[in-house]
Amino acid sequence: MSIQTHRAERLPAQPGSVEFDADVLVLGGGPAGTWAAVSAAERGARVLLADKGFCGTSGATAAAGTGVWYIDPDPALREAAMANREKMGGYLQDRRWMARVLDRTYQQSNRLADWGYPYPVDEHGRSQRNSLQGPEYMRLMRKRTKQAGVAILDHSPALELLVDDNGAVAGASGVRRQKQDRWTVRAKAVVIATGGCAFLSKTLGSNVLTGDGYLMAAEAGAEFTSMEFSNPYAISPAFGSVTKTLFYGWATFTYADGSVVPGAASKGGRSAIARALLRGPVYARLDKADDGVQRHMRVSQPNFFLPFDRTGIDPFRDRFPVTLRLEGTVRGTGGLRIIDDACATSLPGLYAAGDAATRELICGGFTGGGSHNAAWAMSSGLWAGQGAADYARQIGTTTARRLLSAATVAFRDRPRRAFDPAALAKAVQGEVFPYELNYFRDASRLNGALARLDAGWRDVAEAGPADPADVFRAREAAAMLATARWMYRSALARQESRGMHRRDDFPDQDGRQRHYVTTGGLDEVWTSVRPHADAVHAEAAE
Amino acid sequence: MIEVIDAERCTSCDICVTACPTNVFDKTDGIPVIARQSDCQTCFLCELYCPEDALYVSPFADEAQLIDVVMLKRTDVLGSYRRAVGWTDDTRDRRGVDRSYLLFGH
Repeated sequence: MSIQTHRAERLPAQPGSVEFDADVLVLGGGPAGTWAAVSAAERGARVLLADKGFCGTSGATAAAGTGVWYIDPDPALREAAMANREKMGGYLQDRRWMARVLDRTYQQSNRLADWGYPYPVDEHGRSQRNSLQGPEYMRLMRKRTKQAGVAILDHSPALELLVDDNGAVAGASGVRRQKQDRWTVRAKAVVIATGGCAFLSKTLGSNVLTGDGYLMAAEAGAEFTSMEFSNPYAISPAFGSVTKTLFYGWATFTYADGSVVPGAASKGGRSAIARALLRGPVYARLDKADDGVQRHMRVSQPNFFLPFDRTGIDPFRDRFPVTLRLEGTVRGTGGLRIIDDACATSLPGLYAAGDAATRELICGGFTGGGSHNAAWAMSSGLWAGQGAADYARQIGTTTARRLLSAATVAFRDRPRRAFDPAALAKAVQGEVFPYELNYFRDASRLNGALARLDAGWRDVAEAGPADPADVFRAREAAAMLATARWMYRSALARQESRGMHRRDDFPDQDGRQRHYVTTGGLDEVWTSVRPHADAVHAEAAE
Repeated sequence: MIEVIDAERCTSCDICVTACPTNVFDKTDGIPVIARQSDCQTCFLCELYCPEDALYVSPFADEAQLIDVVMLKRTDVLGSYRRAVGWTDDTRDRRGVDRSYLLFGH
C-alpha cells in the first residue's frame, strides 16, 4: 500500500519573496517541531516546517546527548517516576499529564527503535531507551520528516505571525538568510516549537534559542505561565561551551587555593558554586569517577571531552576552571500556556510544543536537565501536530482569508532611529546573567532590573523599522528583552521560594502559593494567578 | 569557535554551509569561508557533517585562537569527534555504545 502524502504548495509571489500554502506550519525543527510535523503529516495535513538554522543540527538537543523520561509500563515504576520529582518541582505538576507523557514517550521511543535508532543493548540483551545521542537522533528526525512529505525551509527564521480578521493565527512570515529574501506561509494552523530562551549564553547548542516564538505569539495575544522558573544555570569549563551537568556529579569543586568549596555539588549544591563564583574562580576535577565510570563517560558523551582533549586537560586528574551558563527557559519550565490536551494555546489556530510551551504540567518548577524536557518534546510535539492537523481540517477552506501581520517591534514606522540589536542583546544579558540578580532573587534587585528592562522596552517600541539586513537580529534581541520582563515580573509575583525560583527575601516555600503565575503583554506586562488542579478538585469536592 | 577550513582537504561540497545551525559559513566560488565567526556557538556539529574532516572547532567558545594548521594535522584531532560518535565507515559500531543508562541516578 502506498501512503498518499499531501504537500505544501508554492504560490506565485512578488520578486524577493516566496509564498506557500499549507494546512499546518511548524516553526522550529528540533525534536518537538519534527515530531509535530511528522504527526500532522500522518493525519493527512499538508505541512511545512521552517527552522531558524538547519533542521537536524538546530536547537539544544542536536548538539548534546539527552536523557529521556522513558519508564517501562509497570504501574509501580511509573508511580515512583512521578512521585520522586514532585518535591523538587514544588508540587506544581499535574499527575494526569505526567501519566500521559510517560505513556506517549514510551510509544514514541519505541517508534524511534522501529525507525532504526541505534539504542544500546545491555549485558542482559535488553535495549536501553532512556538516553538519546543528539546528532544521531536529530539526523534521523530530519530524515523521517522529509519522508513524511513535509517541506522544510532551513535557515529561515520566522519573524512574525499572520492573523485573520478574527484574530485567529493563519500563517507566518520570515526571512531566508541564505537567499536574502522573505518567505510567507499561509496556513490553517501554526505550531510554535521554537524552543525556549537561553539569552545567547553559549550553553551547548542554545544560541538559536532566543525566545523568538514567544515574541511572535505575544504580539498576537498569547499568554505565558511559570516564567519565574527560568533561572537554571549549567556547569561548563570556564572557556568552553559543553554543559553536561550529569558528569559533574563525580566532581570535587575547589577555590583557587585548592580548598574545597563547602556544599558545592552538581546536584543539590549548585548554588554554593554560584556563590563561590561571585567571589572568584572555581575549579573542578572529576576525581570521584573510577576507571569504569570514566570509560562509560567517554563512549556515552564524546563531546564532553572535546574541550579537554583539545587543551591537554585530563578532567579526572587536573583541576580546570568552571563557570555557570544561564539556560533560561530552555531548562526552565515556563513558556506558552497550553489550554487543552492537544497543546492548543489561548489563541485560535496556534499550538505550542517542546520548550516553547510550559513544562509545568510534568515538571512543576524544576527540571534537572534533558530527561523530562525530551519526553515533553516527543509528547507535546505529537499532540500539537495532531491537534493542528485536526483544527486545519475542521476549519475547511480559507482561501479568501485576508491576512494581517501581528508584528510590532522592528517593523512599525516610528519616528526614532532603529535600535542596535547587538547592544540591546548585551544589555539584556547584563540583567539576566548575573547570579545576584537571577539565581538569587529579591524584590529590590528585581525591581531595579525591571525598571531598566521596561525603559529598554519603551525605547524599542518607539524605534523605527530595522534595516532588512538587521531585522532578524533585531527581533532576537527584542524577544530576549520581552522574555526577561515576563520572567522578572513573574518572579516578583511569586513571593516565596519554590522549585528553581529562589527569593532571598522569601526563602521558604509557602503552602498558600501552590498556584501558577500567568503573564503576558508587551508594552504593559501583567501577571495573574491560576489555581493548581488539586486546589480546583478540592474546591469542587467541598 | 570554528577556526579552520583546511584548503587541502576541503572539496567545496558546501555541506558545512548548509549544516551549521547558526549560519557561520558562506559559499564562494572556491571553498567556503568562515564569514561570521562570532556567531559560532561551539557546538562542533559542522565537524560531524564534514565528510572530509577538513574542519576544526577550537574549544574556546568566547575567544578566537591562533591555530597552526601544520601542527594540527600532525595530530589525529581532525575528524576525531566524527570517529568518536561512529559517523565514519570504520567506526560505525560506536553508534550503539551509549552507556548513559549506567550513569543516570548518580
